Order: sequence, then C-alpha cells, then structure tokens
Amino acid sequence: MTETLVPFDEVLERYDPAFGLEVHVELNTNTKMFCGCPATFGGEPNSQVCPTCLGLPGSMPVVNAKAVESAIRIGLALNGSIAEWCRFARKNYFYPDMPKNFQTSQYDEPIVYDGYLDVEVEGETFRVEIERAHMEEDTGKTTHIGGATGRIHGADYSLVDYNRAGIPLIEIVTRPILGTGAKAPLVAKAYVAALREILLGLGVSDVRMDQGSMRCDVNLSLSPKGSDKLGTRTETKNVNSLRSVERAVRFEMSRHAGILDAGEAIFQETRHFHEDTGTTSAGRPKSDADDYRYFPEPDLVPVAPSREWVEELRATLPEPPAEKRARLQAEWGYSDLEMRDVWAAGALTLIEATVAEGASAQAARKWWMAELSRAANDRGVELAEVGVTPAQVAEVQKLVDGGSLTDKLARQVFEGLLAGEGSVAEIIDARGLAVVSDDGALGAAVDEAIDAQPAVAEKIRGGNQAAAGALIGAVMKATGGKADAKRVRELILEKLA
Amino acid sequence: MSELILKTAAQLADALAAGETTSVELTQAHLDRIAAVDGDVHAFLHIDAEGALSQAAASDARRANGDALHALDGVPIAVKDVLTTTGLPTTCGSKILEGWVPPYDATVVKKIKNAGLPILGKTNMDEFAMGSSTEHSAYGPTKNPWKLDRIPGGSGGGSAAAVAAFEAPLALGTDTGGSIRQPGAVTGTVGVKPTYGSVSRYGLVALANSLDQVGPVTRTVLDSALLHELIGGHDPLDSTSTTTPVTGLVDAARAGGTGDLKGVKVGVIKELAGEGWAPDVMAKFNESVDILTKLGADVVEVSTPSFQHAMAAYYLILPAECSSNLAKFDAMRYGLRVTPDGDPSAEDVMKASRDAGFGDEVKRRIILGTYALSSGYYDAYYGQAQKIRTLIIEDFKKAFEQVDVLVSPTSPSTAFPLGAKLDDPLAMYMQDLATIPANLAGTPGISVPAGVSDVDGLPVGVQLLAPVLEDARLYRVGAALEGAIGPVLSIDKLEVAR
Repeated sequence: MTETLVPFDEVLERYDPAFGLEVHVELNTNTKMFCGCPATFGGEPNSQVCPTCLGLPGSMPVVNAKAVESAIRIGLALNGSIAEWCRFARKNYFYPDMPKNFQTSQYDEPIVYDGYLDVEVEGETFRVEIERAHMEEDTGKTTHIGGATGRIHGADYSLVDYNRAGIPLIEIVTRPILGTGAKAPLVAKAYVAALREILLGLGVSDVRMDQGSMRCDVNLSLSPKGSDKLGTRTETKNVNSLRSVERAVRFEMSRHAGILDAGEAIFQETRHFHEDTGTTSAGRPKSDADDYRYFPEPDLVPVAPSREWVEELRATLPEPPAEKRARLQAEWGYSDLEMRDVWAAGALTLIEATVAEGASAQAARKWWMAELSRAANDRGVELAEVGVTPAQVAEVQKLVDGGSLTDKLARQVFEGLLAGEGSVAEIIDARGLAVVSDDGALGAAVDEAIDAQPAVAEKIRGGNQAAAGALIGAVMKATGGKADAKRVRELILEKLA
Repeated sequence: MSELILKTAAQLADALAAGETTSVELTQAHLDRIAAVDGDVHAFLHIDAEGALSQAAASDARRANGDALHALDGVPIAVKDVLTTTGLPTTCGSKILEGWVPPYDATVVKKIKNAGLPILGKTNMDEFAMGSSTEHSAYGPTKNPWKLDRIPGGSGGGSAAAVAAFEAPLALGTDTGGSIRQPGAVTGTVGVKPTYGSVSRYGLVALANSLDQVGPVTRTVLDSALLHELIGGHDPLDSTSTTTPVTGLVDAARAGGTGDLKGVKVGVIKELAGEGWAPDVMAKFNESVDILTKLGADVVEVSTPSFQHAMAAYYLILPAECSSNLAKFDAMRYGLRVTPDGDPSAEDVMKASRDAGFGDEVKRRIILGTYALSSGYYDAYYGQAQKIRTLIIEDFKKAFEQVDVLVSPTSPSTAFPLGAKLDDPLAMYMQDLATIPANLAGTPGISVPAGVSDVDGLPVGVQLLAPVLEDARLYRVGAALEGAIGPVLSIDKLEVAR
C-alpha cells in the first residue's frame, strides 16, 4: 500500500489531532526492582543477574524500597495523588527476553494517579493530564543477529542480555491530549522535555534518551474537525529523542489524514519509528483487548506508603522547573527570548552553575550560547557534554573581568579547553595568551601607531575621541591581540590630550 | 537392617548427643534401607549417598569437638524435589526440568544444611505438585509402603512414603491444598502445614504462591515440632514471610505428650462429614473425637458453611497462579528443549518443548487457569474465587471465637489402588476436600495417625486446624492424641517389612 501523506497544514483544515504519550523511565537506583543485582548500565552481558532477575524456578521478588521512593517523588513532582494502598500485578505474555514470561508491573492499582504537567509552547500554556504512573521491571535486551532489519523476523539468531531484566521502570501515561491543533507536535515535544527536566531535577534517572533510560511511545489519532469522538489510534513505539517525538506526531498526522481522506479506516497497530527518515512503518496489530491476563502478584505484599512518608518525600522535592525558570529569569535579567533560547539549548543549569561560580549572568549566557553551543552543535553532543565545565567558564570570565584576558583571547582559551589541552592556566601558559597591560611595552606600541597615522592623531587631539579606534586596532594588531584594549585607549588619550 | 532406622528423629538426636551412634552410622543405615526397599517404593527421584555421607562425617567431626550446630545435627533428611538444592537435581517430578541442577539453595534447604542435617536425596512427587496420588510424576508413581498397589497420597507421596518406609526419619514436604497432610494420613505419618508465611517459600518452585507452604513430614508429632522450629522464621528473600518468631512448638508437643487437654475447646467441623466420607474413615475419626473428650477437651460441633465452596475457589485460584508460574518453562534458559524440524522460531521451540515437557494434568491446569484469568472471565472466576476465600477466612475466624482447634478427618478415604482415580480428575480432587480450606485461609494444620481402617487395615488420619500463628496448639493437641492412640505405623505392618 502506498502511503499518501497529506501536507501538515491541510491536515488541520479537516482534522483535529489527539495524542497521548507513554514514557518509560529507568530509575537510577543502585539495585534492581526486585533483587539485589546492580542496576548499572554497560556491564558485560549477563554479568548482573541472579536467580530472581533470571526468573529461575523457586526464586522470589522483593520490592526495592528506593524505587518506591523515587516513584512517589515523581508522582508528587507531577502533581499526582499517591495511592494509599496498591499492588503489583503480573502481565502475562511470552517473549524470550522476559525471564518469567510475565512482567511484574502494576495494573489497575498504580502508585501514582491523576497528575498533570503544564507545558508552554510559543507563549501558550497547555495542561497535559497524567492518568497514572506505575512501577514495573524492565525486560532483558535482545539483539537480533543477521537479517536485514535488525528485527526478529529474518534474523539468524538472537542474543539476550538479562542485565537489563529487572531494572526499575516508571511508566508515565498521559490522558489523551486534545485541542492542541497545529501545535500538537510541539506540545508533545515540550511535554517530554518538561518531563525530562523534572526527572533530572529529582535525580531519579539519568533520562538519557539515547541510551534508552527514557523511552517514549506516541499514541495518535485524528478525528474530523469539530467531532468530539476520538478516532482510531496508532501507537508509535520507541521514539527516542525530543526531535523524534515532534516528527513522529507530525508524520502520523499526515499519514492518518491520507488514509482517512481516501475513505479508509485506520488500522489499530503499533508502528516503528525510523530516525533516519522521520517516518513510521507497521509493527504488530494491537487491539484494546490484548489479553495480558493481569492478576495481583501473589509473591509480593501490597505497597502502602504512609502519609507521613509521602509528606517527608514531598519536602525533598526540588523547586519545580517552570517556577525556577521564572525566578532565574528575573534574577538574571534575561529577556523572554533569551530565556527561551537558553532553555531550548539545555544551557539553563549550566548557566546557573556558572553564575554560582561567580560569573555574571550575561557573561555566562554569552559563552554558553555562542562559543560552546556552536562547539556542541559541531560535535553533535549535548551542551552539558561539550567538554567545558561551568567552573572553567567562570574562571575564564574572571580573567576577562580582571583584565588579564580579552574576549578574543578568552575564545582561544575555550578552543584549548575544547581540544583537551589542559586546565585554563595551562592553556594560557602554553599558548602565550596573557594580556599585555604593562605600560612600558604598550607605550612603545602606542607611540608607533601615533607616528604611523598622524591624521588620525590630529583628529583625536581635536577632540574626536571616537577616532581612537583606528589607533587601538593598530596597537592590537601589533601586539598580536594580547594588549589590554582598555588600557591602550587610556594611553592614546593621555598622549594626545 | 540396622535397628537405628526404627528410631524417631528425637531419639536419634539423643543417641548422637550421648555418643551412642554417629551420623555416618545412622546415615549409612538409612542409605542401606533405601537400597533395600526403594526399588519397590520409589520414594526417591535422586539419592545422594556420597553427599549425605560426607555431610554426616562433617557432622561427626563437629560433634566430636563439641560444636554441634543443632539438636538435629547429623540426623538425615529427605527433601521433596520441588525445593531447590545446589548440586542436586530439582525436577519437580517433571520432564521439563529433567537434569536441571539449581545454582542456589531454597532457604529451608539452607537452614537444614546450616543445622548439619545430611540430605539423603530428593523425593518423588506429582508433577509440579499437582495431584493427590504421586501418579502424576513424570518419573513413575511412588507406592504406599503399607501395600504396594496403593497410592501414597500426593503430591508429596515421596516424602511421606520415605518416612513411612523408614528410609528417612525426617522429610520436607510442601502443602498447597493438602500435599503434606493427605499423604501423611494415608501412610500413617505426621504431616504439618505451617501458618502461611511462617516458613520461607524462597526456593520452593511455586505451584500456587498464595497457597504453598513448606512443612515437616515425620513419624511423630515431636519430630515435626523439632523440624518445624528449625525451618521456620522470617526470610528477607520472601516478601510474604511473617516476622513472628516460630518458637514454642517443641515445648507444646512435650506438653501435649502428658495427655492432659483440660480446658482445650475442640470443634468438630460439621461440613466435613457425611456423603463422600468412607465409613471406616469416619469410624476411626469418631474414636479420635472420643479420645479428645476423654483427655479432658471440651468438644463441640461448629459450622463452617463456606467450606462447601472451597474446592471450587481452590480450582480457580490454583490454576490461575500456576498457569502464570509455569510460563517460565519455555526452553530458553534451562530445562528440556525440543527443536522442531525445519526453521523453527523461538515460539515454535517454546510450544514444542512445553508440549513434550508437561504432563496432561499440568496442561489441564494451565488451560483452566489461562481461561479463568482471561479478559471478560476474570471477575466471574478469579474474582469470585477470591471472595469465597474471604468468606472462608471469616468462617475460620468465627469458628475460632468458639473453639481453640478444629478437627476433621484428613482425607475422605484410606489409600486407594494405583490407577483407580487417574481417569477421573474430579474424584482425585475430592481427596483434598478437608485440607484445602486451611490453604485458602493461611491457617496451620496437622495430620496425625488415628489408627487403621477396620476394612482394609490401612491408616486413617485425623486433621487438626488452628488459627493463624497458633501452630503450637496443633502440637499440643496432636501430641496428646498421638499418645492416647498409640503407635499406628510400625515396620512389621508394611509390605516392605524388615
């Protein structure tokens, strides 16, 4: 079947989108959800396993209290209610990377219910309602060897790594998000970004979408404009970057519209997302009646967090990101546009740390948003992983403020830092970047410049101070940019007074 | 045959403490007995002579240094093949686990090892503990030592037969609906299902997690108390484990041994009598009730109306849980793997392996449970069954407001002939009519020999039930009854005699 994709603007002329997000978050607890195995990423395959997470006959689960604590803190940060009593349930289905052939999860008794998150897109605030967040265990990781697609069909054989089996997961499920119209793709992205920010702030997960510690499934349907009945949905699995979330919503809207325009019905199914093309392809059929034969896990006792504990945990919550942004914007004196750019670039916490190290908010923004953003972009890494720390930025800026570095020299220091040439001091030393502010050395260069451009000197003598720029430029050139420009200007004006 | 095998575990412990025998001597005596009769009885699936003797030698060395770990240090034991044991196969009586050697010990196994009890071997059982005759073992049935053409009960027929045939003084069993108590009744031995959660289930290959409990299988009430105290207590690896210490059982058994039951109120369960209950069993049961009265107990009749629904609830809850528990046997990580011809997918391998590896009774219960949990049927089946469970708990509560212990026959008949009920699952299920309510409610129960039938000369058991965590009452009343009735089991009454 060839797909007819309807241009995005046209989709909106005839349809209203509704979407929902299921986000799986791996918690960064020391141990797994139901056993004492390390929950760290990257160990030798099948080196972090025990009878329980391998599902060996006779083994039994014990709930990780730290994971419950994280779940409760997440629930509170998402403005949710915390169940007074809830149970784990078995979700029964067969798959080779599921050691027990059931996943220990939660069904109709999630630990968190009825939350929300407000997200802002282009100055408009959308409330995303969160139906539930529940605790569960991750499965093993299967790698299909051979075959073209890397999927199970066509593979010669498959390798299973059970290190991931039993890692604590929180699944956060929204209610259908309606009324976002053309902003649907952006709201979806903004929600995931805001969620990620909250989880980072809570310190409960690495939320590395590239490593799979945060994974999104995007449900989407279209209904005829003005209709209050939701259309048939598709579920696009494993959409694993912010940009992909936006693209997946956009693509599925165009694809659904093409099918509906042709008078055909949407087939309820899961879809695979293709990072390279931004498109989706058919996965497996999925009906609402997928029968997982849920029933309460008889090997675990109910989780009944006391209200005192919940309140203790509430007191540990960090300032909500949106409120924090508003406070920092006021403190830093950034414009709305500057603040939005800073946030979008992932520079907020970096600038906050840089300011805490003593730099001014304007200077911190300048370095992070220009030099360092460019470098991160060139290297295709997150700004936080560009290789320069807030402390180093503050150190460089301190030297600029003290006059021993110019902005131009500072840029060279950053070049050195990005190239891994050592500490700030080592780079200044090795590259000979100290500013020349010694009057003796500068005086000679100034005299030379005055002699070389007598007409300019005349103008300055005549009171045109702006003309000094030409002489300053000459001095800077002569000193290889190492001169303290401010001092040069003072010397010129003194000599030509 | 060494006379040592006729001694109870308590007597063997005393003999070891007094230096009258050694663990090696008495372990060898039991291994000799196994070699002599187990070809007929088939109580064991795996015999570990070498391991048992080396554990016995280590025990003797400790004792010589005055470092005995426990009163039972050096007294050998048999373990039901549903409990994981490092270095010894654990098959659960199923082909699907043939040859599997677990990399870890069940907590109860660890406890008996830490106390120095040599493990003689692993005992036969109905496949995955599903059955009441041990005929559903994939490795052939166990025979009743009293009469080799009779069933030894089930699912723990292996443990009961081993103890009854004097192949082991002690054994561990598991009881999900009567699998310790009913075999105890039909082999003339003592079997105890402790309070749910008071003995760790870690390492017990689950049949139905909310019903299973590990317990002792012995020839005397006192021996059960000794073993029960050893294996009981909190286990951080079992979330359903209770934190109440398991103590006072041996003292209770000794107190009961004096035969004084003055002030004890005993309730005869009205619903566990009448149609379906063999007259010879009822005759022995009534004698036991008379004895309780003579010992000073105040005997009354109590009604537990919801018990009539226990069987129905049990056969929904158990299959539901086991259908999920048994899903892990998929040939991917351990156990039997059958690879069909051609280019089979992982799913094809799973199907073929499960088809070949599971017996009919297991498949029957997986299908039942899968159906009961299915969307649209859950509320009508599993949901209703849980409500009945609540009613049964209420019935127990009300009954225990009136009396201290409840009493009933353990099993509706004496040991039936092998094959008699194999084609009639419902008739087989009826064997557990009296024992199932305790599993649904989590209450403790014991089966004590009540004598032999006037009809076939085979043993009859009487069951005592107590409130949750009041296991000590079973030992007091059980020991009193045992003392008054006198020995029921003796080696000379067995078809596998001296």
